[in-house]
Amino acid sequence: MSFSTKTVRQPEPAAATGTLISRRVSSSNHTWNLVLVGAVLVLGIVLPFILPAAELGIAMRILIFALMGVGWNMMSGFGGMFSFGHAAFFGIGAYTTAFLLVEVGLTPWLGMIVGMVISAAAAVGISYLALRYQLRGAYYALSTFAFAEMLRLFVIGNESLNKTVGFTVPVMFGDNWGMFQFRAGSPVYFWIGTAMLVIVMLFCIWFLRSRAGRFSIATRDDELAASAVGIPTLRYKLTLVAISAAITALAGALYLQFYMFIDPDLAFGATVSNNAIITAVVGGVGTLWGPVLGAVIVAPLSDLVTELLRHPPEWLSFLEGLDGLDILVYAVVLIAFVLLLPKGIVGTFLGRRKK
Amino acid sequence: MALLEITGLSKSFRGLQALKNVTISVDEGEILGIIGSNGAGKTTLFNCITGAFAPDTGTVKLGGEDITGKKMHTLAQRGLVRTFQLMRPFGTLSTIDNVTIAVQSRGVRPESKARDEATMILARTGLDGWADATSGSLPTAVQKRLELARALAMNPHVLLLDEVLAGLVPSEREPVLELLESLRKNDGVTMVFIEHIMAAVRRLSDRVVMMDQGAVLAQGDVDEVLANPDVVAAYLGKEYGDAA
Repeated sequence: MSFSTKTVRQPEPAAATGTLISRRVSSSNHTWNLVLVGAVLVLGIVLPFILPAAELGIAMRILIFALMGVGWNMMSGFGGMFSFGHAAFFGIGAYTTAFLLVEVGLTPWLGMIVGMVISAAAAVGISYLALRYQLRGAYYALSTFAFAEMLRLFVIGNESLNKTVGFTVPVMFGDNWGMFQFRAGSPVYFWIGTAMLVIVMLFCIWFLRSRAGRFSIATRDDELAASAVGIPTLRYKLTLVAISAAITALAGALYLQFYMFIDPDLAFGATVSNNAIITAVVGGVGTLWGPVLGAVIVAPLSDLVTELLRHPPEWLSFLEGLDGLDILVYAVVLIAFVLLLPKGIVGTFLGRRKK
Repeated sequence: MALLEITGLSKSFRGLQALKNVTISVDEGEILGIIGSNGAGKTTLFNCITGAFAPDTGTVKLGGEDITGKKMHTLAQRGLVRTFQLMRPFGTLSTIDNVTIAVQSRGVRPESKARDEATMILARTGLDGWADATSGSLPTAVQKRLELARALAMNPHVLLLDEVLAGLVPSEREPVLELLESLRKNDGVTMVFIEHIMAAVRRLSDRVVMMDQGAVLAQGDVDEVLANPDVVAAYLGKEYGDAA
Protein backbone atom coordinates (compact mmCIF):
# COMPACT_ATOMS: atom_id res chain seq x y z
CA MET A 1 0.00 0.00 0.00
CA SER A 2 1.57 3.27 -1.04
CA PHE A 3 -0.08 5.52 1.53
CA SER A 4 -2.43 5.13 4.43
CA THR A 5 -4.79 7.15 6.55
CA LYS A 6 -2.13 7.11 9.25
CA THR A 7 -0.50 9.96 7.38
CA VAL A 8 -3.72 11.97 7.54
CA ARG A 9 -3.19 13.71 10.81
CA GLN A 10 0.58 13.95 10.88
CA PRO A 11 2.59 14.54 7.73
CA GLU A 12 5.69 12.45 7.23
CA PRO A 13 8.98 14.29 7.78
CA ALA A 14 9.75 13.63 4.11
CA ALA A 15 6.94 15.96 3.15
CA ALA A 16 8.59 18.86 4.92
CA THR A 17 11.87 18.00 3.23
CA GLY A 18 10.08 18.04 -0.12
CA THR A 19 8.89 21.55 0.50
CA LEU A 20 12.34 22.70 1.53
CA ILE A 21 13.80 21.29 -1.68
CA SER A 22 11.06 22.93 -3.69
CA ARG A 23 11.72 26.27 -2.05
CA ARG A 24 15.46 25.86 -2.58
CA VAL A 25 15.00 25.12 -6.30
CA SER A 26 12.66 28.05 -6.71
CA SER A 27 14.91 30.42 -4.79
CA SER A 28 17.95 29.29 -6.79
CA ASN A 29 16.10 30.10 -10.05
CA HIS A 30 15.13 33.45 -8.60
CA THR A 31 18.73 34.21 -7.69
CA TRP A 32 19.84 33.32 -11.21
CA ASN A 33 17.19 35.59 -12.68
CA LEU A 34 18.36 38.49 -10.55
CA VAL A 35 21.99 37.79 -11.48
CA LEU A 36 21.00 37.87 -15.17
CA VAL A 37 19.14 41.17 -14.70
CA GLY A 38 22.30 42.53 -13.06
CA ALA A 39 24.38 41.26 -16.00
CA VAL A 40 22.05 42.99 -18.49
CA LEU A 41 22.35 46.20 -16.50
CA VAL A 42 26.16 46.08 -16.34
CA LEU A 43 26.41 45.16 -20.02
CA GLY A 44 24.02 47.97 -20.92
CA ILE A 45 26.09 50.52 -19.04
CA VAL A 46 29.44 49.34 -20.41
CA LEU A 47 28.52 48.53 -24.02
CA PRO A 48 28.40 52.11 -25.37
CA PHE A 49 32.02 52.56 -24.21
CA ILE A 50 33.11 49.43 -26.09
CA LEU A 51 30.98 49.51 -29.23
CA PRO A 52 31.73 51.94 -32.03
CA ALA A 53 28.96 54.57 -32.27
CA ALA A 54 27.81 53.13 -35.61
CA GLU A 55 26.99 49.79 -33.95
CA LEU A 56 24.82 51.39 -31.27
CA GLY A 57 21.96 51.40 -33.78
CA ILE A 58 22.03 47.60 -33.86
CA ALA A 59 22.29 47.49 -30.07
CA MET A 60 19.21 49.71 -29.82
CA ARG A 61 17.40 47.43 -32.25
CA ILE A 62 18.22 44.52 -29.92
CA LEU A 63 16.67 46.37 -26.97
CA ILE A 64 13.52 47.25 -28.92
CA PHE A 65 13.18 43.65 -30.15
CA ALA A 66 13.79 42.36 -26.63
CA LEU A 67 10.98 44.52 -25.24
CA MET A 68 8.66 43.43 -28.05
CA GLY A 69 9.57 39.76 -27.55
CA VAL A 70 9.19 39.91 -23.76
CA GLY A 71 5.82 41.63 -24.21
CA TRP A 72 4.57 39.05 -26.71
CA ASN A 73 5.87 36.23 -24.54
CA MET A 74 3.89 37.35 -21.49
CA MET A 75 0.63 36.92 -23.35
CA SER A 76 1.43 34.11 -25.75
CA GLY A 77 4.15 32.21 -23.88
CA PHE A 78 2.97 32.51 -20.28
CA GLY A 79 -0.69 33.10 -21.12
CA GLY A 80 -1.08 30.59 -23.96
CA MET A 81 -2.99 33.15 -26.07
CA PHE A 82 -1.16 33.24 -29.37
CA SER A 83 -1.10 36.74 -30.79
CA PHE A 84 -0.49 37.57 -34.41
CA GLY A 85 -1.23 41.24 -33.94
CA HIS A 86 1.19 42.73 -31.45
CA ALA A 87 1.86 45.47 -33.99
CA ALA A 88 -1.43 46.94 -32.71
CA PHE A 89 0.04 47.53 -29.25
CA PHE A 90 3.44 48.63 -30.57
CA GLY A 91 1.69 51.07 -32.89
CA ILE A 92 -0.59 52.45 -30.19
CA GLY A 93 2.49 53.11 -28.00
CA ALA A 94 4.39 54.83 -30.80
CA TYR A 95 1.47 56.80 -32.22
CA THR A 96 0.13 57.96 -28.84
CA THR A 97 3.57 59.22 -27.85
CA ALA A 98 4.06 60.90 -31.24
CA PHE A 99 0.61 62.47 -31.35
CA LEU A 100 0.82 63.86 -27.82
CA LEU A 101 4.32 65.19 -28.48
CA VAL A 102 3.69 66.76 -31.88
CA GLU A 103 0.10 67.94 -31.46
CA VAL A 104 -0.13 68.64 -27.73
CA GLY A 105 3.52 69.23 -26.81
CA LEU A 106 3.42 66.60 -24.06
CA THR A 107 6.76 65.14 -23.01
CA PRO A 108 7.34 61.63 -24.42
CA TRP A 109 7.88 60.37 -20.87
CA LEU A 110 4.21 61.02 -20.11
CA GLY A 111 3.18 60.21 -23.68
CA MET A 112 4.61 56.71 -23.40
CA ILE A 113 2.77 56.09 -20.13
CA VAL A 114 -0.49 57.24 -21.74
CA GLY A 115 0.34 55.00 -24.72
CA MET A 116 0.91 52.02 -22.42
CA VAL A 117 -2.40 52.61 -20.64
CA ILE A 118 -4.35 53.02 -23.91
CA SER A 119 -2.65 49.96 -25.38
CA ALA A 120 -3.43 47.85 -22.31
CA ALA A 121 -7.05 49.05 -22.31
CA ALA A 122 -7.47 48.31 -26.03
CA ALA A 123 -5.90 44.87 -25.60
CA VAL A 124 -8.16 44.04 -22.68
CA GLY A 125 -11.22 45.26 -24.60
CA ILE A 126 -10.55 43.23 -27.72
CA SER A 127 -9.43 40.16 -25.76
CA TYR A 128 -12.44 40.33 -23.46
CA LEU A 129 -14.75 40.18 -26.46
CA ALA A 130 -12.73 37.41 -28.11
CA LEU A 131 -12.36 35.25 -24.99
CA ARG A 132 -15.87 35.91 -23.70
CA TYR A 133 -17.22 34.50 -26.96
CA GLN A 134 -14.91 31.49 -26.83
CA LEU A 135 -12.43 32.42 -29.56
CA ARG A 136 -9.52 30.06 -29.02
CA GLY A 137 -6.24 29.11 -30.68
CA ALA A 138 -5.98 30.09 -34.33
CA TYR A 139 -9.27 32.01 -34.20
CA TYR A 140 -7.99 34.17 -31.34
CA ALA A 141 -4.70 34.72 -33.20
CA LEU A 142 -6.64 35.81 -36.28
CA SER A 143 -8.70 38.24 -34.22
CA THR A 144 -5.49 39.92 -32.96
CA PHE A 145 -4.16 40.08 -36.53
CA ALA A 146 -7.43 41.63 -37.72
CA PHE A 147 -7.28 44.18 -34.90
CA ALA A 148 -3.76 45.30 -35.88
CA GLU A 149 -4.72 45.50 -39.53
CA MET A 150 -7.85 47.44 -38.67
CA LEU A 151 -5.79 49.98 -36.74
CA ARG A 152 -3.31 50.28 -39.62
CA LEU A 153 -6.10 51.03 -42.07
CA PHE A 154 -7.74 53.41 -39.59
CA VAL A 155 -4.50 55.40 -39.21
CA ILE A 156 -3.90 55.43 -42.98
CA GLY A 157 -7.31 57.00 -43.49
CA ASN A 158 -7.21 59.41 -40.55
CA GLU A 159 -6.36 63.02 -41.30
CA SER A 160 -5.57 63.95 -37.68
CA LEU A 161 -2.99 61.14 -37.57
CA ASN A 162 -1.38 62.40 -40.82
CA LYS A 163 -2.60 59.44 -42.87
CA THR A 164 0.29 57.59 -44.59
CA VAL A 165 2.80 60.36 -43.75
CA GLY A 166 2.88 59.56 -40.05
CA PHE A 167 4.75 61.67 -37.50
CA THR A 168 8.27 63.03 -37.35
CA VAL A 169 9.57 64.00 -33.91
CA PRO A 170 10.60 67.70 -33.97
CA VAL A 171 14.39 67.84 -33.73
CA MET A 172 15.99 69.78 -30.88
CA PHE A 173 19.59 70.73 -30.49
CA GLY A 174 21.73 69.11 -27.84
CA ASP A 175 20.55 66.78 -25.12
CA ASN A 176 17.10 67.31 -23.66
CA TRP A 177 16.11 64.83 -20.95
CA GLY A 178 12.67 66.38 -20.51
CA MET A 179 11.82 65.76 -24.16
CA PHE A 180 13.64 62.37 -24.31
CA GLN A 181 15.91 63.61 -27.07
CA PHE A 182 19.67 63.42 -27.36
CA ARG A 183 22.31 64.20 -29.97
CA ALA A 184 22.75 61.64 -32.75
CA GLY A 185 24.77 58.62 -31.65
CA SER A 186 24.35 59.47 -27.96
CA PRO A 187 24.73 56.46 -25.66
CA VAL A 188 21.92 57.86 -23.48
CA TYR A 189 19.28 56.27 -25.73
CA PHE A 190 20.91 52.91 -25.13
CA TRP A 191 21.11 53.45 -21.39
CA ILE A 192 17.45 54.44 -21.25
CA GLY A 193 16.52 51.40 -23.33
CA THR A 194 18.57 49.20 -21.02
CA ALA A 195 16.88 50.72 -17.97
CA MET A 196 13.48 50.02 -19.54
CA LEU A 197 14.41 46.40 -20.26
CA VAL A 198 15.77 45.92 -16.73
CA ILE A 199 12.60 47.37 -15.17
CA VAL A 200 10.41 45.23 -17.44
CA MET A 201 12.39 42.07 -16.59
CA LEU A 202 12.22 42.80 -12.84
CA PHE A 203 8.48 43.36 -13.17
CA CYS A 204 8.03 40.08 -15.11
CA ILE A 205 10.09 38.14 -12.55
CA TRP A 206 8.03 39.61 -9.72
CA PHE A 207 4.73 38.98 -11.49
CA LEU A 208 5.46 35.39 -12.48
CA ARG A 209 6.50 34.58 -8.90
CA SER A 210 3.38 36.21 -7.49
CA ARG A 211 0.09 34.49 -6.76
CA ALA A 212 -1.43 36.12 -9.86
CA GLY A 213 1.45 34.88 -12.00
CA ARG A 214 1.07 31.31 -10.77
CA PHE A 215 -2.68 31.44 -11.38
CA SER A 216 -1.95 32.69 -14.89
CA ILE A 217 0.41 29.80 -15.62
CA ALA A 218 -2.06 27.31 -14.16
CA THR A 219 -4.72 28.79 -16.45
CA ARG A 220 -2.42 28.40 -19.45
CA ASP A 221 -1.63 24.79 -18.54
CA ASP A 222 -5.28 23.79 -18.16
CA GLU A 223 -8.05 26.34 -18.07
CA LEU A 224 -10.80 23.94 -16.97
CA ALA A 225 -8.68 22.53 -14.16
CA ALA A 226 -7.81 26.07 -13.10
CA SER A 227 -11.51 26.94 -12.90
CA ALA A 228 -12.07 23.76 -10.89
CA VAL A 229 -9.67 24.99 -8.21
CA GLY A 230 -11.45 28.32 -7.96
CA ILE A 231 -9.35 30.47 -10.28
CA PRO A 232 -11.32 33.11 -12.24
CA THR A 233 -9.43 32.32 -15.42
CA LEU A 234 -10.70 35.17 -17.60
CA ARG A 235 -9.43 37.73 -15.08
CA TYR A 236 -5.91 36.32 -15.12
CA LYS A 237 -5.85 35.97 -18.90
CA LEU A 238 -6.82 39.62 -19.25
CA THR A 239 -4.17 40.62 -16.70
CA LEU A 240 -1.49 39.01 -18.86
CA VAL A 241 -2.94 40.61 -21.97
CA ALA A 242 -2.75 44.06 -20.34
CA ILE A 243 0.83 43.55 -19.17
CA SER A 244 1.86 42.26 -22.59
CA ALA A 245 0.28 45.17 -24.46
CA ALA A 246 1.79 47.76 -22.10
CA ILE A 247 5.32 46.36 -22.53
CA THR A 248 4.91 46.26 -26.31
CA ALA A 249 3.65 49.85 -26.31
CA LEU A 250 6.77 50.83 -24.37
CA ALA A 251 8.85 49.28 -27.17
CA GLY A 252 6.86 51.36 -29.66
CA ALA A 253 7.55 54.57 -27.76
CA LEU A 254 11.25 53.74 -27.51
CA TYR A 255 11.32 53.05 -31.24
CA LEU A 256 9.73 56.43 -31.96
CA GLN A 257 12.14 58.35 -29.77
CA PHE A 258 15.22 56.64 -31.21
CA TYR A 259 14.30 56.72 -34.91
CA MET A 260 12.29 59.98 -34.50
CA PHE A 261 9.80 58.89 -37.12
CA ILE A 262 6.77 56.65 -37.34
CA ASP A 263 4.27 55.82 -40.08
CA PRO A 264 1.38 53.33 -40.30
CA ASP A 265 3.46 50.48 -41.78
CA LEU A 266 6.37 50.89 -39.37
CA ALA A 267 3.95 50.97 -36.44
CA PHE A 268 1.11 48.62 -37.36
CA GLY A 269 2.60 46.53 -40.19
CA ALA A 270 2.62 42.73 -40.02
CA THR A 271 6.44 42.82 -39.91
CA VAL A 272 6.26 44.30 -36.41
CA SER A 273 4.09 41.42 -35.16
CA ASN A 274 6.34 38.90 -36.92
CA ASN A 275 9.45 40.35 -35.30
CA ALA A 276 7.90 40.04 -31.84
CA ILE A 277 6.93 36.42 -32.50
CA ILE A 278 10.22 35.39 -34.12
CA THR A 279 12.26 36.91 -31.31
CA ALA A 280 10.39 34.85 -28.73
CA VAL A 281 10.32 31.67 -30.84
CA VAL A 282 14.08 31.71 -31.46
CA GLY A 283 14.87 32.38 -27.79
CA GLY A 284 12.19 30.15 -26.27
CA VAL A 285 8.46 30.74 -25.91
CA GLY A 286 7.28 30.63 -22.31
CA THR A 287 10.76 31.15 -20.88
CA LEU A 288 11.68 34.33 -19.06
CA TRP A 289 14.97 35.01 -20.85
CA GLY A 290 14.17 33.45 -24.23
CA PRO A 291 12.97 36.65 -25.91
CA VAL A 292 16.00 38.61 -24.66
CA LEU A 293 18.40 36.03 -26.10
CA GLY A 294 16.21 35.81 -29.22
CA ALA A 295 16.53 39.57 -29.68
CA VAL A 296 20.33 39.33 -29.52
CA ILE A 297 20.18 36.87 -32.44
CA VAL A 298 17.24 38.10 -34.50
CA ALA A 299 17.62 41.88 -34.31
CA PRO A 300 21.10 42.05 -35.88
CA LEU A 301 20.50 39.13 -38.23
CA SER A 302 18.75 41.10 -40.95
CA ASP A 303 21.31 43.91 -40.76
CA LEU A 304 24.27 41.53 -40.79
CA VAL A 305 22.96 39.55 -43.77
CA THR A 306 22.16 42.76 -45.66
CA GLU A 307 25.64 44.06 -44.95
CA LEU A 308 27.20 40.75 -46.00
CA LEU A 309 25.36 40.78 -49.30
CA ARG A 310 26.18 44.42 -49.90
CA HIS A 311 29.90 43.96 -49.31
CA PRO A 312 30.54 40.21 -49.51
CA PRO A 313 34.00 38.69 -49.07
CA GLU A 314 35.72 37.73 -52.30
CA TRP A 315 34.67 34.08 -52.20
CA LEU A 316 31.00 35.17 -51.98
CA SER A 317 31.30 37.98 -54.49
CA PHE A 318 28.72 36.39 -56.77
CA LEU A 319 26.10 37.36 -54.14
CA GLU A 320 26.79 41.06 -54.42
CA GLY A 321 23.79 43.16 -55.35
CA LEU A 322 21.28 40.30 -55.24
CA ASP A 323 18.31 42.25 -53.93
CA GLY A 324 15.97 40.38 -51.65
CA LEU A 325 18.36 37.53 -50.94
CA ASP A 326 18.86 38.92 -47.43
CA ILE A 327 15.21 38.23 -46.65
CA LEU A 328 15.57 34.69 -48.00
CA VAL A 329 18.63 33.99 -45.86
CA TYR A 330 16.84 35.51 -42.87
CA ALA A 331 13.84 33.23 -43.44
CA VAL A 332 15.99 30.10 -43.90
CA VAL A 333 17.89 30.77 -40.67
CA LEU A 334 14.61 31.18 -38.79
CA ILE A 335 13.06 28.04 -40.28
CA ALA A 336 16.19 26.14 -39.28
CA PHE A 337 15.78 27.40 -35.71
CA VAL A 338 12.15 26.31 -35.57
CA LEU A 339 12.95 22.86 -37.00
CA LEU A 340 16.09 22.15 -34.99
CA LEU A 341 15.19 23.90 -31.74
CA PRO A 342 11.38 23.99 -31.55
CA LYS A 343 11.52 25.04 -27.90
CA GLY A 344 13.94 27.84 -28.71
CA ILE A 345 17.43 28.16 -27.32
CA VAL A 346 16.53 28.78 -23.69
CA GLY A 347 13.65 26.27 -23.79
CA THR A 348 15.94 23.55 -25.15
CA PHE A 349 18.63 24.33 -22.60
CA LEU A 350 16.17 24.24 -19.69
CA GLY A 351 14.62 21.03 -21.03
CA ARG A 352 18.01 19.29 -21.14
CA ARG A 353 18.93 20.56 -17.68
CA LYS A 354 15.71 19.08 -16.25
CA LYS A 355 16.59 15.66 -17.69
CA MET B 1 -32.54 18.53 4.17
CA ALA B 2 -30.66 17.67 1.02
CA LEU B 3 -27.34 19.47 0.62
CA LEU B 4 -27.24 19.06 -3.16
CA GLU B 5 -30.51 18.96 -5.08
CA ILE B 6 -30.65 18.37 -8.81
CA THR B 7 -34.14 18.76 -10.26
CA GLY B 8 -35.28 18.02 -13.80
CA LEU B 9 -31.86 18.57 -15.36
CA SER B 10 -31.69 18.21 -19.16
CA LYS B 11 -28.90 18.93 -21.60
CA SER B 12 -28.67 18.46 -25.35
CA PHE B 13 -25.76 18.76 -27.72
CA ARG B 14 -27.37 19.53 -31.07
CA GLY B 15 -29.30 16.35 -31.84
CA LEU B 16 -28.02 14.32 -28.89
CA GLN B 17 -29.86 14.51 -25.59
CA ALA B 18 -27.13 13.81 -23.04
CA LEU B 19 -29.29 14.35 -19.95
CA LYS B 20 -33.03 13.74 -19.69
CA ASN B 21 -34.91 15.20 -16.77
CA VAL B 22 -32.41 14.02 -14.13
CA THR B 23 -33.52 14.45 -10.52
CA ILE B 24 -31.16 13.46 -7.71
CA SER B 25 -30.60 14.68 -4.16
CA VAL B 26 -27.64 14.16 -1.88
CA ASP B 27 -27.82 14.57 1.89
CA GLU B 28 -25.08 16.16 3.96
CA GLY B 29 -22.32 13.65 4.76
CA GLU B 30 -23.72 11.11 2.32
CA ILE B 31 -21.72 9.23 -0.31
CA LEU B 32 -23.70 8.77 -3.51
CA GLY B 33 -22.37 6.45 -6.19
CA ILE B 34 -23.29 7.03 -9.83
CA ILE B 35 -23.00 4.08 -12.14
CA GLY B 36 -23.84 3.48 -15.75
CA SER B 37 -22.26 2.44 -18.99
CA ASN B 38 -20.10 4.75 -21.11
CA GLY B 39 -22.17 7.53 -22.65
CA ALA B 40 -24.87 7.30 -19.98
CA GLY B 41 -24.47 11.01 -19.19
CA LYS B 42 -22.58 10.73 -15.88
CA THR B 43 -19.79 13.17 -16.70
CA THR B 44 -22.24 15.53 -18.42
CA LEU B 45 -24.21 15.54 -15.17
CA PHE B 46 -21.04 16.57 -13.28
CA ASN B 47 -20.35 19.23 -15.90
CA CYS B 48 -23.83 20.68 -15.48
CA ILE B 49 -23.64 20.60 -11.68
CA THR B 50 -20.25 22.32 -11.55
CA GLY B 51 -20.95 25.01 -14.14
CA ALA B 52 -18.80 23.65 -16.97
CA PHE B 53 -21.99 23.40 -19.04
CA ALA B 54 -25.20 25.37 -18.60
CA PRO B 55 -28.13 22.94 -18.51
CA ASP B 56 -31.00 23.48 -20.97
CA THR B 57 -33.62 23.03 -18.26
CA GLY B 58 -33.69 22.12 -14.58
CA THR B 59 -32.07 23.47 -11.45
CA VAL B 60 -29.13 22.70 -9.20
CA LYS B 61 -29.33 23.81 -5.58
CA LEU B 62 -26.53 23.79 -3.03
CA GLY B 63 -27.66 24.15 0.57
CA GLY B 64 -31.02 25.39 -0.70
CA GLU B 65 -29.52 28.11 -2.93
CA ASP B 66 -30.03 27.95 -6.68
CA ILE B 67 -26.58 27.66 -8.26
CA THR B 68 -27.70 26.67 -11.77
CA GLY B 69 -25.36 27.98 -14.43
CA LYS B 70 -23.00 29.64 -11.94
CA LYS B 71 -19.37 29.68 -12.98
CA MET B 72 -17.17 26.76 -12.03
CA HIS B 73 -14.60 28.83 -10.13
CA THR B 74 -17.31 30.49 -8.04
CA LEU B 75 -18.75 27.11 -7.09
CA ALA B 76 -15.30 25.69 -6.34
CA GLN B 77 -14.63 28.55 -3.95
CA ARG B 78 -17.91 27.73 -2.23
CA GLY B 79 -16.78 24.17 -1.66
CA LEU B 80 -18.41 22.37 -4.59
CA VAL B 81 -15.28 20.74 -5.95
CA ARG B 82 -14.71 18.16 -8.66
CA THR B 83 -12.02 15.94 -10.11
CA PHE B 84 -11.74 14.92 -13.76
CA GLN B 85 -11.94 11.52 -15.39
CA LEU B 86 -8.88 12.31 -17.52
CA MET B 87 -6.17 13.82 -15.38
CA ARG B 88 -5.68 17.54 -15.84
CA PRO B 89 -2.53 18.57 -13.96
CA PHE B 90 -0.97 22.00 -14.42
CA GLY B 91 1.64 20.14 -16.40
CA THR B 92 4.54 22.59 -16.32
CA LEU B 93 4.32 23.06 -12.56
CA SER B 94 5.58 20.83 -9.79
CA THR B 95 3.25 18.61 -7.78
CA ILE B 96 3.48 20.87 -4.75
CA ASP B 97 2.82 23.95 -6.86
CA ASN B 98 -0.33 22.31 -8.25
CA VAL B 99 -1.66 21.87 -4.74
CA THR B 100 -0.34 25.19 -3.40
CA ILE B 101 -2.22 27.05 -6.14
CA ALA B 102 -5.46 25.39 -5.08
CA VAL B 103 -4.82 26.36 -1.44
CA GLN B 104 -3.96 29.93 -2.47
CA SER B 105 -7.15 30.26 -4.51
CA ARG B 106 -9.05 29.95 -1.20
CA GLY B 107 -7.30 33.15 -0.15
CA VAL B 108 -4.70 31.54 2.12
CA ARG B 109 -1.75 33.93 2.55
CA PRO B 110 1.18 34.24 2.76
CA GLU B 111 2.54 31.73 0.27
CA SER B 112 4.57 29.94 2.96
CA LYS B 113 1.36 29.15 4.83
CA ALA B 114 -0.27 27.84 1.65
CA ARG B 115 2.80 25.69 0.97
CA ASP B 116 2.73 24.25 4.48
CA GLU B 117 -0.90 23.29 3.99
CA ALA B 118 -0.12 21.84 0.56
CA THR B 119 2.68 19.81 2.11
CA MET B 120 0.24 18.27 4.58
CA ILE B 121 -2.18 17.45 1.76
CA LEU B 122 0.61 15.80 -0.22
CA ALA B 123 1.41 13.67 2.81
CA ARG B 124 -2.24 12.79 3.23
CA THR B 125 -2.49 11.64 -0.38
CA GLY B 126 0.87 9.88 -0.39
CA LEU B 127 2.46 12.34 -2.77
CA ASP B 128 5.15 13.67 -0.48
CA GLY B 129 7.88 11.90 -2.42
CA TRP B 130 6.71 13.57 -5.63
CA ALA B 131 6.55 17.14 -4.34
CA ASP B 132 9.17 18.55 -6.70
CA ALA B 133 8.44 16.41 -9.74
CA THR B 134 6.96 18.15 -12.78
CA SER B 135 3.32 17.10 -12.67
CA GLY B 136 2.95 16.64 -16.43
CA SER B 137 5.46 13.79 -16.40
CA LEU B 138 4.04 11.89 -13.40
CA PRO B 139 2.80 8.29 -13.81
CA THR B 140 -0.97 7.90 -14.26
CA ALA B 141 -1.56 6.60 -10.73
CA VAL B 142 0.28 9.55 -9.23
CA GLN B 143 -1.57 12.05 -11.42
CA LYS B 144 -4.84 10.49 -10.23
CA ARG B 145 -3.80 11.12 -6.64
CA LEU B 146 -2.78 14.65 -7.59
CA GLU B 147 -6.31 15.25 -8.90
CA LEU B 148 -7.58 14.19 -5.51
CA ALA B 149 -4.96 16.23 -3.62
CA ARG B 150 -5.85 19.38 -5.54
CA ALA B 151 -9.52 18.84 -4.81
CA LEU B 152 -8.79 18.36 -1.11
CA ALA B 153 -6.81 21.59 -1.11
CA MET B 154 -10.07 23.39 -1.85
CA ASN B 155 -11.50 22.26 1.51
CA PRO B 156 -14.46 20.66 -0.26
CA HIS B 157 -17.90 20.59 1.25
CA VAL B 158 -19.25 18.52 -1.62
CA LEU B 159 -16.73 16.49 -3.61
CA LEU B 160 -17.60 15.19 -7.08
CA LEU B 161 -15.20 12.40 -8.08
CA ASP B 162 -15.16 11.31 -11.71
CA GLU B 163 -13.71 7.79 -11.92
CA VAL B 164 -11.03 8.48 -9.38
CA LEU B 165 -10.03 4.79 -9.35
CA ALA B 166 -9.82 4.33 -13.12
CA GLY B 167 -6.38 3.31 -14.32
CA LEU B 168 -5.26 2.20 -10.85
CA VAL B 169 -4.23 -1.38 -10.10
CA PRO B 170 -5.93 -2.98 -7.04
CA SER B 171 -2.99 -2.24 -4.74
CA GLU B 172 -3.20 1.43 -5.71
CA ARG B 173 -6.97 1.59 -5.19
CA GLU B 174 -6.97 0.57 -1.55
CA PRO B 175 -5.26 3.68 -0.16
CA VAL B 176 -7.52 5.92 -2.23
CA LEU B 177 -10.58 4.15 -0.85
CA GLU B 178 -9.22 4.51 2.67
CA LEU B 179 -8.66 8.18 2.08
CA LEU B 180 -12.21 8.69 0.81
CA GLU B 181 -13.59 6.85 3.84
CA SER B 182 -11.51 9.02 6.14
CA LEU B 183 -12.73 12.15 4.35
CA ARG B 184 -16.27 11.29 5.21
CA LYS B 185 -15.52 10.06 8.72
CA ASN B 186 -13.09 12.75 9.83
CA ASP B 187 -13.97 15.72 7.63
CA GLY B 188 -17.68 15.17 6.99
CA VAL B 189 -17.25 15.65 3.25
CA THR B 190 -20.31 14.86 1.15
CA MET B 191 -19.33 12.91 -1.95
CA VAL B 192 -20.81 12.00 -5.29
CA PHE B 193 -18.66 9.62 -7.25
CA ILE B 194 -18.84 8.13 -10.70
CA GLU B 195 -17.33 4.67 -10.72
CA HIS B 196 -17.26 1.49 -12.77
CA ILE B 197 -15.54 -0.66 -10.14
CA MET B 198 -18.49 -2.27 -8.37
CA ALA B 199 -16.50 -3.41 -5.33
CA ALA B 200 -15.68 0.23 -4.64
CA VAL B 201 -19.27 1.29 -5.24
CA ARG B 202 -20.50 -1.31 -2.75
CA ARG B 203 -17.87 -0.36 -0.18
CA LEU B 204 -18.30 3.43 -0.28
CA SER B 205 -21.84 4.22 -1.33
CA ASP B 206 -24.74 4.92 0.96
CA ARG B 207 -26.97 5.05 -2.10
CA VAL B 208 -26.49 4.45 -5.80
CA VAL B 209 -27.94 6.11 -8.90
CA MET B 210 -27.91 4.11 -12.11
CA MET B 211 -27.91 6.21 -15.29
CA ASP B 212 -28.67 4.99 -18.78
CA GLN B 213 -28.87 7.05 -21.97
CA GLY B 214 -28.98 10.33 -20.07
CA ALA B 215 -31.76 9.35 -17.66
CA VAL B 216 -31.90 7.96 -14.13
CA LEU B 217 -32.81 4.31 -14.50
CA ALA B 218 -32.86 3.42 -10.80
CA GLN B 219 -31.72 4.83 -7.49
CA GLY B 220 -31.65 3.67 -3.91
CA ASP B 221 -29.83 1.13 -1.78
CA VAL B 222 -26.73 -0.35 -3.46
CA ASP B 223 -27.85 -3.98 -3.40
CA GLU B 224 -31.37 -3.14 -4.52
CA VAL B 225 -30.16 -1.11 -7.47
CA LEU B 226 -27.59 -3.68 -8.54
CA ALA B 227 -30.22 -6.41 -8.38
CA ASN B 228 -32.73 -4.37 -10.40
CA PRO B 229 -33.43 -6.26 -13.68
CA ASP B 230 -33.37 -3.00 -15.69
CA VAL B 231 -29.93 -2.21 -14.32
CA VAL B 232 -28.63 -5.68 -15.11
CA ALA B 233 -30.11 -5.42 -18.59
CA ALA B 234 -28.54 -2.00 -19.17
CA TYR B 235 -25.13 -3.29 -18.11
CA LEU B 236 -25.13 -6.84 -19.44
CA GLY B 237 -27.90 -7.03 -22.05
CA LYS B 238 -31.61 -7.79 -22.03
CA GLU B 239 -31.32 -11.57 -21.65
CA TYR B 240 -29.37 -11.12 -18.39
CA GLY B 241 -31.94 -8.61 -17.19
CA ASP B 242 -34.77 -11.02 -17.82
CA ALA B 243 -32.90 -13.72 -15.94
CA ALA B 244 -32.43 -11.42 -12.95
